[in-house]
Amino acid sequence: MIVNKAEAVIGRVVLVVVLVLTVLPLVGMVSGALQPADRIPNGISWPSDPQWGNFAVAFRTAHVWQLLGSSVLIVLAVVPLSLLMAALAGYALGNLRIRGGRAVFILFVLGLTIPFEAIIIPIYYQITDMGLLNTRWAIILPLIGLYMPFSVVWMRAHFLGVPGELSEAARIDGASVFQEIRRIQLPLAAPALSSLAILLFLWTWNQFLLPLVLVDDPDRRTMAGALGAFQGQYLNQLPLMFAGALIIMLPTIVVFVVFQRQFIKALLQGAVKG
Amino acid sequence: MSSDVRRHGASEPPAAAARGPHPGTRAASPGNRLRRPTRGAARRTTLGWLFVLPALAFFTTFVIYPLVTAVQYSFYSWNGIGASTWVGFANYTRVFTDRDLLISIINALILIIFFTVIPVTSGLVLATLIRSMRPGAFATTARTILFLPQIIPLVAAGIAWSWMYAQTGTINTILDSVGLGFLSRSWLAGFGTALPAVGLIGSWVLTGLCTILLLTGIGKIDASLYEAVRLDGAGWLREFVTVTLPGLRQEIAVLVTITVIAALSSFDIIYTTTKGGPGTSTLVPGISIFRLAFTQSEVGLASAFGIVLLLLVLAVVLPIQLLAKERS
Repeated sequence: MIVNKAEAVIGRVVLVVVLVLTVLPLVGMVSGALQPADRIPNGISWPSDPQWGNFAVAFRTAHVWQLLGSSVLIVLAVVPLSLLMAALAGYALGNLRIRGGRAVFILFVLGLTIPFEAIIIPIYYQITDMGLLNTRWAIILPLIGLYMPFSVVWMRAHFLGVPGELSEAARIDGASVFQEIRRIQLPLAAPALSSLAILLFLWTWNQFLLPLVLVDDPDRRTMAGALGAFQGQYLNQLPLMFAGALIIMLPTIVVFVVFQRQFIKALLQGAVKG
Repeated sequence: MSSDVRRHGASEPPAAAARGPHPGTRAASPGNRLRRPTRGAARRTTLGWLFVLPALAFFTTFVIYPLVTAVQYSFYSWNGIGASTWVGFANYTRVFTDRDLLISIINALILIIFFTVIPVTSGLVLATLIRSMRPGAFATTARTILFLPQIIPLVAAGIAWSWMYAQTGTINTILDSVGLGFLSRSWLAGFGTALPAVGLIGSWVLTGLCTILLLTGIGKIDASLYEAVRLDGAGWLREFVTVTLPGLRQEIAVLVTITVIAALSSFDIIYTTTKGGPGTSTLVPGISIFRLAFTQSEVGLASAFGIVLLLLVLAVVLPIQLLAKERS
């Protein structure tokens, strides 16, 4: 590739500027979190007497352990169930090509475009009628349904890409559908499933509207939902709010930095298919 | 016969399936008794439907059924508790005549500038500038940082940015230190500055995603095309217009679709920064629906607005999709 020196330099400079702009709000939050909790924080600067204790106070008063537990429970219910159902449906639509499957597929594709706000009201009354309001099921069950269009379209796309000869060969050898799934399809689907798992984890963890509407008790919400409640609670103690927000963001950031290659791949593919 | 059935398996290319039934390739379907389907094939279809059923059940219960109910609510006047009265299309008329609701639709359309135009444009510029960068520690770090806004909850982004925009916050501090202190203000509280301010939070969240996706797209463009235009003596602008832009058509269509949906259905960022204020200056459909349904007990009107929002999204997204398909 022919690129002259000037362009390479300009590229670097612009990139560095953008990177600084990207981290600036987060650095600002750290600086705010370290200022004395009882005063309105001032500007972006390293405080002369950093109040690391703010993090400990926020950790205690925000019930971070309960929040973590609650979010983990919700994720552990949503992600595996969604993966299982989406994989089965994707296999049926992409590999078995069942009669009427096309109509089902189109239904799911249309489901991709529905903004959650458009159906949150009926979901609220439906969950109330089911007697699930203010329980974690109020977040878990609708989320599985709401993420299903994306999950099924994603898994169908994967199964379409698997050469049909593999299924054919297995069937000629007399393998049942279940043997074929376990021996051939499941190992091949592992990358698609793990990318989908990452996306579902992220979306569930960061989900805000559903917990806000369906669960009053912040301790039973997702992390992002609890952060919303947190904001009202600490309006007069901004440093504590920033500390709390940073603590709440930390788990996803750690997971992201560790699995960043997989995350970025998943998010890019998710964008293209979504 | 048996060879026929086997060929049907999955060797049929996806496009052929879309074009409708082919004689002989549909032998496996149970309804087609004349073709004497093997018992295995019929079983596969039954099994296939059993596989689809759980996913379909969840989707129907928590998406289709609520959608149908929302349409039903939208024709009634209902406060959420008492009796409801049929009002026909009155709620829809109100969506398009009520000043506040109209403003929230207009604001959502303005947000497209910040959620779509700015991120995709800066993504294109950035991706073009850094495509030459050699892989290494710097490139990896840059990628990680650019992606960070995608990972953190939008609520956290909202909190971080309310501090950026606050009276004693980061932006004003920086303005002061470079002698532009007279510009400083409470950015989220001003009628003129609030909407661009929340819009720029959207730009911040989405620019990284756009850059990285476009960068991957550029990587797929044949390098010899770049060499050819350069040898022709083309500058960066002509290179950009004749090689980069056409090569990224698909990626741009995808990004425009996601970011437009994000703009029209924005909620989290605005709820945590301005809640629609000051006045109605940052009101968007998501916030209006939430307020109408859960604080003003106008469930019918809120539902009608939800349906209008859905139609708005479809009206913007479907043409983009069709355009992208046609050209590719």
